[in-house]
Amino acid sequence: MNLFKKKKYVPVTVRPSSEYAPHVPDGLWVKCIVCGKTVYGKETGEYKICPHCGGCFRLSAGERIEMIFDEGSFQEINANLETKNPLSYPGYEKTIAGLQKKTGLREAVVTGKGEIAGLTVYGAVMDSNFMMASMGSVVGEKMTRLFEKATEEGLPVVAFTASGGARMQEGIISLMQMAKVSAAVNRHHQAGLLYITVITDPTTGGVTASFAMQGDIILAEPKAVIGFAGRRVIEQTMKHQLPKNFQTAELVLENGFIDKIIPRPQLKETLIKLLRIHNAVKGAGA
Amino acid sequence: MKHAYDIVTLARKVTRPTALEYFNYILDDFVELHGDRSFQDDKAVVGGVGLLRGRPVTAVGIQKGHDLEENMERNFGMPHPEGYRKTLRLMKQAEKFNRPVIALVNTSGAFSGVSAEERGQGEAIARNLFEMSGLRTPIISIVIGEGGSGGALALALADRVWMLSNTVYSVLSPEGFASILWKDSSRAKEAAQLMKLTAKDLLELEVIEKIIEEAREEDENYFEITADRIRDSLMEELNILCDMGIDMLLEKRYERFRRIGEFEER
Repeated sequence: MNLFKKKKYVPVTVRPSSEYAPHVPDGLWVKCIVCGKTVYGKETGEYKICPHCGGCFRLSAGERIEMIFDEGSFQEINANLETKNPLSYPGYEKTIAGLQKKTGLREAVVTGKGEIAGLTVYGAVMDSNFMMASMGSVVGEKMTRLFEKATEEGLPVVAFTASGGARMQEGIISLMQMAKVSAAVNRHHQAGLLYITVITDPTTGGVTASFAMQGDIILAEPKAVIGFAGRRVIEQTMKHQLPKNFQTAELVLENGFIDKIIPRPQLKETLIKLLRIHNAVKGAGA
Repeated sequence: MKHAYDIVTLARKVTRPTALEYFNYILDDFVELHGDRSFQDDKAVVGGVGLLRGRPVTAVGIQKGHDLEENMERNFGMPHPEGYRKTLRLMKQAEKFNRPVIALVNTSGAFSGVSAEERGQGEAIARNLFEMSGLRTPIISIVIGEGGSGGALALALADRVWMLSNTVYSVLSPEGFASILWKDSSRAKEAAQLMKLTAKDLLELEVIEKIIEEAREEDENYFEITADRIRDSLMEELNILCDMGIDMLLEKRYERFRRIGEFEER
């Protein structure tokens, strides 16, 4: 049982969460986006959960990494990629620069190699604070490189998704990232390697329609919004209001598109179980 | 030179030949095949088998109508998840029988609605992308009207992606783009100009390999001339792709998408 074994940790390159993003400040009142109630920051606890409805507050990439990966084990890769402006979209560079300053992130996904209970995996964490974690060239490239590295080294991938979809400002180039990442996921799959997605709030559009839905095992956080088309777009088409639970993880589970909803406090132990089952020597119990 | 939005208008014209019309003309003995074997037959998506001058091929496409009645039946060429699952079923069949796939794309996008969400629109598109990237037979996709968003890409992860000269291919419609980014869908013309969505733009961006020039719109043989050009291009290219070893083909398909992206390493 190597679960509690002391591990030698690899050097830390990832910055502490305080440098990443505005997380729930302990001393302030925050509004739960699920039930709408106002909660005192401290009341959300170490897992940042609404005490009234159990809704999960959105986490920054840094917070997520701290919560899931063994302390100090996460080593970021490809941190230096920055997008260009393929459509020459007015003001795009300025928007990106502003977000980089505000969030401490270079782009909407942090990728790297880390350990979960001593098991080495490649991990991706999307951060909705950065342009709603939309997928442009950099997100596509970082995800692709992550799967390529994992395939090369024979390691599993765990991806925490959150995204508003394709990055409109990069036009068709962002659409093509869906194809690019999917092809890299397929190669990882062909190599017989495990891919777990953890869908977090909100995961929509081109990310749902590519790597979020391509996991061998698809987990989700409670009440997370999961969908393809945006709620407002559908309401416009249908000309009527949609039920409150539309596109929630609970409904998507009922419809058969995800494997399991895991409350945040149990997420790490669930990942450990799944990784260990896939890591076990075949026939060991025979 | 035409304004980008003029091409958007041409690409959407209801008189444009449909996928089925092209299949019936280009292929001999075309037999339409229906259904996803799982839920139901999506009429916005068509597919089947036929002979391209003697070569067996599988054909899939998104089908619009020429008038309101036809369009109601075809859901205006906006597929549900079962439509994508139908194409995947036929493509897997093509792989089994070693015949190439021809995909004709003409959609403003995958259908946005409660039914589509409930049946997993995202999953259906994701699965097509995943499977097509490893499909062990050649795939050629041609945009014959609109190529809108993930709903178009789900039939266009191919070895070659071509466009007819008066068609568009984009991350979403210019109206949607203007509405999301500028909160003003009336600025669609401006959006179209910016988005690089015409065949010419996309050839320059190396997102597509080829533009098939359409006959002049006013030409009374517009359909036959254009369809002949499509057939000639397909025959020529399939000779090349079918002769390539399958591993080489898949490597090139991977590279084709792998290189797309505009970023720098600082």
